[in-house]
Parts: sequence; C-alpha cells; structure tokens
Amino acid sequence: MASSSTAAHADHADHPTGLRRWLFSTNHKDIGTMYLLSALMAGLIGGFLSILMRIELQEPGLQLFSNGQMFNVVVTGHGLIMVFFVVMPALIGGFGNWFVPLMIGAPDMAFPRLNNISLWLTICAFLLLVVSLFVSGAPGATGFGGGWTVYPPLSTSGHPGPALDFGILALHAAGASSILGAINFITTILNMRAPGMTLHKMPLFAWGMLVTAFLLLISLPVLAGAITMLLTDRNFGTTFFDPAGGGDPVLYQHLFWFFGHPEVYIMILPAFGIISHIISTFSRKPIFGYLGMAYAMVAIGAVGFIVWAHHMYTVGLSLDTQRYFVFATMVIAVPTGIKIFSWIATMWGGSIRMTAPMLWAVGFVFLFTVGGVTGVVLANAGIDRELHNTYYVIAHFHYVLSLGAVFGIFAGWYYWFPKMFGYIVPDWIGKLHFWLAFIGANVLFFPMHFLGLAGMPRHYVDYPNAYAGWHRIASYGSYIFAFSLLVFFYGVYVAWRRKERAANDPWGMGSPTLEWTLSSPPPFHQFEKLPRITGSSDH
Amino acid sequence: MSDHGLKQSPAPTNAAPRRKSGAGVALACVAVVGLMVGASFAAVPLYRLFCQTTGFGGTPLIGQEANARVVDHAIEVRFDANVAPGVTWKFEPEQPRVSVKLGETRTVFYKITNVGDAPATGVATFNVQPDLAGQFFVKIQCFCFEEQTLKPGETIHAPVVFYVDPDLLKQPETKDLSSITLSYTVFRSKNGSPVAATAVNADKNNL
Repeated sequence: MASSSTAAHADHADHPTGLRRWLFSTNHKDIGTMYLLSALMAGLIGGFLSILMRIELQEPGLQLFSNGQMFNVVVTGHGLIMVFFVVMPALIGGFGNWFVPLMIGAPDMAFPRLNNISLWLTICAFLLLVVSLFVSGAPGATGFGGGWTVYPPLSTSGHPGPALDFGILALHAAGASSILGAINFITTILNMRAPGMTLHKMPLFAWGMLVTAFLLLISLPVLAGAITMLLTDRNFGTTFFDPAGGGDPVLYQHLFWFFGHPEVYIMILPAFGIISHIISTFSRKPIFGYLGMAYAMVAIGAVGFIVWAHHMYTVGLSLDTQRYFVFATMVIAVPTGIKIFSWIATMWGGSIRMTAPMLWAVGFVFLFTVGGVTGVVLANAGIDRELHNTYYVIAHFHYVLSLGAVFGIFAGWYYWFPKMFGYIVPDWIGKLHFWLAFIGANVLFFPMHFLGLAGMPRHYVDYPNAYAGWHRIASYGSYIFAFSLLVFFYGVYVAWRRKERAANDPWGMGSPTLEWTLSSPPPFHQFEKLPRITGSSDH
Repeated sequence: MSDHGLKQSPAPTNAAPRRKSGAGVALACVAVVGLMVGASFAAVPLYRLFCQTTGFGGTPLIGQEANARVVDHAIEVRFDANVAPGVTWKFEPEQPRVSVKLGETRTVFYKITNVGDAPATGVATFNVQPDLAGQFFVKIQCFCFEEQTLKPGETIHAPVVFYVDPDLLKQPETKDLSSITLSYTVFRSKNGSPVAATAVNADKNNL
C-alpha cells in the first residue's frame, strides 16, 4: 500500500472548530457524519413509531390508539421518515459523502457549499414533517393519515387541516436537498476522479452512487411537480386531480409512481455498492464480474423508470397495459440476479472471514433475495389482484428495504466505522447485533406473508381474531429488533470508551479501494497530491 | 498490500490538480431537473388528451357524426345520475336503461330540475363502466359538454346522442359484455367559469 503521506495534513492550518466546523461545514467527511447522525435520530423516531404500531397490533381490538385515523397518521409518519430521512440520508448523504470522494481519490465534493445546503435542507424538511404530525389534519385529528403515497382524493378533500401542507413542504425541501446532492455527486464523479481512474476502474460504491444520483435527478422533479399540483388543488382551487373540474386522481398515481418506483432503487443501489466491497474484502477476492455488476446497476436504474404502473394494477388498466408492466417488471429480475449470483461467485472459493460487516453483508444477500422473490410474485397482475394492499406487500417491501437497505447501512457502518472514527467496535458486538437483528427482523416480517395471503389489509388498526396469532409473533419480532439497537449503541459506546486506535487498513485484508490508504480517521483534507491509478482494473 | 489492488504510484510532485470545471456538468443537471418538472406538468394535458383519444379509464369518446355500420348484436346501456353536495338539482334519466344494437345511434334524455330557490349552475362529468368500454362508447351530442344554469323551479330535458362502436366485439376483454353503464355526476361549477375540462374539444353546438 502506498503509505499515506497524508498524516501530516491532520494539523493543517485551515481546520475550523466548533460552530464554524459543523454548522458552516463544507467538509465532505463532517457533512457525511452529520448526515449519519441525523439519519440515526430520524431512525429512532421512525422506529419508535413502528413499535407503537406493533404494540397496537399485538392484540385484536384497540389498545394504544383511540381510533384508526391516529394509527394511520403513525403509519404515514413511519413510512415518510424511514424513506426520506433515514435510508436516503444514511446511504446517500452519509456514506455517499464520506466515501465517494475518498474512493475516487478526490479532495472533496465538487460543490462543498452546496453540500452544506443539502444537509440543512434535509434537517429542516425533517422538522417540518415532525411538525406535520402535530397540526390538524383530518377533521378532529392531527397529522396526515393517507399513507406515504399521499393519494388524492383523501389528501385533497379528506384532510382540510394544514398537516399535509407541512408534509408537502417537507417533501419539497427534502426533494430539493436530494436534487442538489445528486448534482454534486454527478459532478464530483464525472470530473474529479484521480488521474488514471477511468469509469471502468471506479469502485462499485461510486458506481452505485452515480446511478442513484441520476435516478434522483430524473425522478424527484416529477414528485415535486405532482405534490405541487396537490398543494394547489388543496389551497388554490385548481382541479388537477379533482374530477369535479375535469381532473383525474389516477394521474396523480401515475406521476407519484414514476417517482416512487425509481425511489426504491435509489434506496438500494448504494447498499449494493457497499455490499460488493464488503464481500470482496472479506473473501480476499476481487469482485466477480466487475463490469457486469456496474452495468447491472445501470440496467436496474434504467428499467426502473418504465415499470411504475405495477403499483397500479387495480386502477383499471387494460389487459395489454398490464401485460406490458408485468413483463417489464420481471425483466428487472435479470440484472438483480446478475448481482446476487456475482456476490455468491465472489465468495465462492474465497478465503472468507466472517467478521461483523461480512455477516451483515451475507445477511443482506439472503434477505434481499427473499424480498426479490416475493417481488416477482407480486409483479404478476393476476396475483396482485389478490395481494394488493395486503400484508404480503408490506412483507415484500420490508424485506428489500428494512432488511435490505437497512442491513446495507449497518454493514457499511461496521465496515467503515474504524475508518470514519478511528476506533474499533469489538467484532463480537457487531455480530451479536447482527444475530439479534436478523432473527428479530425475520420473526417480525416473515409472518406478514401469511397474514397477507390470508387477506389482512394494510392500514388497519384492528383485525378479526383469525389474524391474532401471526400478528402477536410479528410484534415479538419487532421487540427483538428494537433490542438489537441497544447492542448497536453499546458498540458505539465501547468504541469511544476504549479508544482502541484503528490502523489504516484495520481489517488487514488488503482491500483495494483508496480509502484504506489513508489514516483512520482520514485527515481533515486528503489527497492534496492526487493518487495516480496505474494498475490493473481489478477491484 | 495484497496483490489484487489498484496499483498506485505517488503522483509527480508538481502535478497540477486535474480539476475540470464542474459548472458544465452542474448546468446540464439543472437542465434535466427543469425538463422533468416541465414534463410532469405537461403530463396533465397530455394525459387528458390520451384519455380522450383512447377512451382510457372509461372516458367516452366524442364523435361528430353517426356511425354507418350497424351490427345485429344488442347491448344494454344503463344510465346513472348523481348530484354532488351543494348543487340543488334533481337529476335523473328518463329511462333507466335502453337496449341498443351496436353502431345504432340513439338519443336519450335526462330530466334536470332545479329544486332550490336560487339559480344553480352545474357541470356534469361523465364516465363509462366498465372502464375498458370507454373507447367504444361514442357520444355525438351531450348536455354535459357545457355547464348549465337553471332558474329556480326550471326543468330541462337534456339530450345525449350516442352509439356503441361495433369494434367492441373485437376486443377480448369486452366482447362478452352484456351491459355498459353511463354515469354522470353533477358538480357545482367552480367560480362560474366553465370547468367541463374533459370536453374542451367538444363541439359547441350542443343544446
């Protein structure tokens, strides 16, 4: 390893402290850290909401909530917080900011001040969303209870109070933040790679972020347009989605899902990148089929834009339209399969070390595959008639997001923790966290398949006794998952308590990416002399 | 250092930082964002046009003249009338259902009475069930193409002239259909402005 001549930069003169360092930060690592912290805070709130839901659903009848509207407000808050303020900030804002510049050998992001604006816009958006939970929404209730998709007419005429207006502004701010972030990532990756690092030598995490940034750039403006129309329908008498004035509520669904479907790939592609690095590192092998892996992500991103109506099989699409969307949706299984099999092929014959990050990564591959398989089931319009808006759908998207994206986040956390913070989390803590989370999440979400197949619909506070058994088990699973977070915090505590210093390459596996050539934590400013990439294109 | 990594050599000491300007890329990105916002708003008229041309989502087609081809295959057409809250109309079809041959042009009347004590302006939106029959249901003339103002106590008999396209029999989803429902809902006209937006291209000579 070309040992870093960078340690000397640590006492670089231009090293702001205190408020100037954090509030006005233009440093990609500090901004990344703040993104991770804000995602952690939002995750605790969003997770708390989900525990409220599971306590309520543990038994039939009403326990915690006095009515279904309150429950649905909590459901909606959980969904929006987890999507926009946990998974996206952690993967894109957090790990993306931290490691894209390090991996491509750049000193910082292309537009550091824009990066600062993105961060604070996200945090303002989150505050707006939290406020929305407490201002009046539906008559006699607070908050918006129409689900994260915010379909009209429930969102236009069902919630006269300002709660949804706060929610829409929150989405606008979060969307603007993500668009600015996407511009920043695209410019950074296209313009600031170290000399010799061609796109085809670029690490897969940077590839994942590049594709993600393009998806954000194309899909988020459509969400912004749709919710702006919703806002004017609500407040300024327009009738974009109101049949009374010649509008059509189904148009909203088309616009929303044109954003919404790429959004789910936005949440998973960065995790794909992280998992590739971890599996390659701890198998002591370059990733199998590097170019195939990179272009599989490009293909997933591209095809993701032409499958949106598979969320809308029940709105009355013609059979031919449904046939197209069924087929197009199933095509996505091909590039996704390329990724899954390439991960397995990377491990095949490797000298595998089952460290904590590797456990999380292998867990990710397994759980994401389970979620992917139920996705193929749901892609069928005929079966979807039966399963639409049931717990089967909840199980499906939690296997790919809660267990996919979130396991990706924790995998990245344990993998890069020594690099980011310079301390070591004892491996057994990461492993204990993994096993508790893995068991908890499966006990939580696997029974939801059975509930959905038995016909339990989403967004209901109460249910017939027939569903009680699996609901109780799912609730127990959620408590195990919540308990695993205590282990997570214990790991962070131990790391700072012991202050065991991490080496440049603490895993000692000779990972080939540039971040391991720097000190742990990296100097405040890195790569003042740009690294020159001369070697093979192995990754 | 393992042997499978990217190989690095220290950069030449006086290498100028290779930084291209990011402004071009950023501007291109901003243009994409602008384009997509524009596209999302353009979707509104395009979607309406799409529904009107294809009958998508149960939007009946608007025709200018009668169909020449009549097929000896009868289908029942049912009529449904609804009034949204806030409109003081009594609104009902004069016959609840008729049986028509495919391609045959038929006129039916709706009876509209203003039962309130103030003039009431309403506009009707219309839809066909099942949705997929929309593309075969052709209206030549309809009171619903424009808004109506009724004086207190006034009654009008509003005509609808339509035919059902015989191509109905060619579509696998609709060939076995025994009935089509034409449904109207009258809404209060917003701010007195014509908002019968689904009928923008309708011929203005109706009624």
